[in-house]
Amino acid sequence: MHIIEAGNVAAAMGVKLAGAQVVAAYPITPQTPLTEKLSELVDSGGMDAQYIPVESEHSAMSVCIAASSAGARAFTATSANGLLYMNEQLHWAAGARLPIVMCVVNRGIGAPWTVWNDHQDAVSQRDTGWIQIFCCDHQQIIDTVIQAFRIAEAVRIPVMVCYDGYILSHTYMPFEMPDQKEVDKFLPAFEPDWALDPACPANLNTVTLPDIRPDVRGNTAPGYMEIRHDLHTDLRRSIGVVEEADSRFSEIFGRGGHPFIEPYRCEDAEYVAMAMGSLSYHIRDVADSLREEGIAVGAAGLRLHRPFPDRAVAEFLSGKKGVIVMEKALSYGYEGPLYTDIKAALYNCAERPEITNFILGLGGREIRTRDIYGVLKKTCTKTAQHEENPVFVGMKV
Amino acid sequence: MKDNNKEKKPFACYTSHSEPGPGDGGRTGSWRVLRPVIDLDKCIPAKRNKAACFYCWLYCPDGVITKTIPPTIDYEYCKGCEICAEECPADAITMVEETLILMEEE
Amino acid sequence: MAAKKTTVLNLPEEELVHPGNRACSGCGLSIIYRMGLKALGRDTILVVPPSCLTVLQGLYPIAATQLPCVNVTFASTAAAATGVLAALRARKKDTQVAAWAGDGGTGDIGIQALSGACERGEDFIFICYDNEAYMNTGVQRSGTTPQHVLTTTTPISGKQQRKKDMPAIIAAHGIDYVATASAAYPVDFYDKVCKAKTISGPKYIHVHTPCPAGWGFSARYTVKIGRMAVETGLFDLYEREKGEFRLTGPSQKMLGKKRKPVAEYFATQGRFKGLDEKQITELQNEVDKKWADYEKQAEEAC
Repeated sequence: MHIIEAGNVAAAMGVKLAGAQVVAAYPITPQTPLTEKLSELVDSGGMDAQYIPVESEHSAMSVCIAASSAGARAFTATSANGLLYMNEQLHWAAGARLPIVMCVVNRGIGAPWTVWNDHQDAVSQRDTGWIQIFCCDHQQIIDTVIQAFRIAEAVRIPVMVCYDGYILSHTYMPFEMPDQKEVDKFLPAFEPDWALDPACPANLNTVTLPDIRPDVRGNTAPGYMEIRHDLHTDLRRSIGVVEEADSRFSEIFGRGGHPFIEPYRCEDAEYVAMAMGSLSYHIRDVADSLREEGIAVGAAGLRLHRPFPDRAVAEFLSGKKGVIVMEKALSYGYEGPLYTDIKAALYNCAERPEITNFILGLGGREIRTRDIYGVLKKTCTKTAQHEENPVFVGMKV
Repeated sequence: MKDNNKEKKPFACYTSHSEPGPGDGGRTGSWRVLRPVIDLDKCIPAKRNKAACFYCWLYCPDGVITKTIPPTIDYEYCKGCEICAEECPADAITMVEETLILMEEE
Repeated sequence: MAAKKTTVLNLPEEELVHPGNRACSGCGLSIIYRMGLKALGRDTILVVPPSCLTVLQGLYPIAATQLPCVNVTFASTAAAATGVLAALRARKKDTQVAAWAGDGGTGDIGIQALSGACERGEDFIFICYDNEAYMNTGVQRSGTTPQHVLTTTTPISGKQQRKKDMPAIIAAHGIDYVATASAAYPVDFYDKVCKAKTISGPKYIHVHTPCPAGWGFSARYTVKIGRMAVETGLFDLYEREKGEFRLTGPSQKMLGKKRKPVAEYFATQGRFKGLDEKQITELQNEVDKKWADYEKQAEEAC
């Protein structure tokens, strides 16, 4: 069934189809309509879940952490400062290996206050140990939410499903609504291999020593460093699980096929412009125009931000003349964080493409097609020397 | 609970899940400078040979005194706080220097 | 509540806290933790933020507690209890949930989550063990540190401000059960936890918990000093059930009787060394006024 709805509603329907058992949320723009929809679904009896209207985002993640520890499928959603307010909880959820799913409806962060879109919120949380997947349209939002639960539960690592505030959250677009029976085939009920249980009284997340220590049966238990190393290696290995979830999803629903990078006219491209989220679709229009002028440009959307699919990125970009990384986030005092990641992934390539970094759309600054066109054309035809790197696009004063 | 030693392939999923057991802090009896010794001639349940009083059991922070006739103290873990001696209504518990006991034992 | 009056003799014998744990010698928390778990029973899930209890409960991979427990971040105790409850409802289980937090984890960094959970009417027991400072980090002042007390962050002049009245703040949420207790009266505390188990919605028990290391007294006197706080009328044992206030046990028995002077209590502890005569008189006057109100209330009730 196709419906036309807002991106936030697509996310909510995904959460319902995935059978989340506990939903906790605190209102923040532009996430709010998503949780409003979930509260409506629960209140009307259309969704069998516990909806907890918490008093802060910090508590929203607490509820998810505890509910997940007690064996329930847990979901929350937030944006911007709400996500930052959760920061210690994000580390906690990943460290405790809890398969929580959270939508991050991307918004710039204060100060100064902004309610408009960029990616600084999610990108600044990339080192919390979560899996981060970015969506480019409404179909990807609903599909990714469902996949996120499967991935999270397979690897016991929480997943952030990121999509652009307003551009996707509040716009209406047609999308296919997956069938519940098929979703159930793809995502079986959550059956954790452990949960808080008086019959088996474990003490979770206790203080852990720098060194290893024998347990009550005399076996060696890991120290803090082993536990953290394990999170890292499992996160790296989850790249394969993301791929597996995508291919299983394609089998059932006939959609997907690009779990890491979604390419557009890239095969014969000399230049590839990369971005995350809806911006990567925006660039497609520009690529079409440049193609008409005989410039071989492709557009690519990076879907999986963490764990970073470095091998896929290197393989995908190797042999290109140039890579243009367009970002709605900044590592202040350096450059775009995605640019740094892609550069690093290309380091071992025999022939490294030239790579340029553009920062645009911060705090919702309008990204004009002609601006993208201008900088792409100049970069691909080498008609302009950029005085700074990264280049800020769309500056007016 | 999650057992880190039983690796679940392909993901180990290490967590810090602790199992109940005594002596997390080691043999805390070694913290003791003074040892509580019960004088059974004064101890109320011992003297009456029936369940009574048990204030030492009630107040012991570490639960190392038994609610038995007579009460006994687990010196392996007793930290020697002296609360039992202070609270005993019959003054039946005296604190004895561990060094004196050690010398006697030797 | 047990039909038979609880006494030392009929308290459950089974210990749910293992010996050989890392609590300090003579720890007041250890006394009430033992008693509290006896009252709660095994069909309980505990929620604990960073505090002395984290240390008492043990270091990975050994736990001193025989109940399931989730350790959570400092500000999140009551929200985490909410999450456990939500999961239990989703999984159709009726295990009870009890949160144990120190005074900082309750009244300072934890107050927002606790207020939210009380307002939402979450069906859990929240036990605050009030040792009147941040003991686990080395005796820094907290919102519930009494006035004039010396701590490592009020080292010379003592704390200038009054003790925050947490039970009153929680009672203002209109919840059905708020009680105070003391580590010096474990049976009274046991009864209050047992009663809390029979009431639905949020239950809050605030326990005065002497700390030898932090308060500056010999471990031997933990119970004695806790008792003195009650006998001087400084810390009162009461219940507020469905809004009805009543003094309980030892505090109730003090109505109409002469109380010990507060100076006696102050003299037992190093943390009150900075008090001068004038301050002691002021504090005595405050206690006298509080108790005059209790006496009046009791007369009106008759």
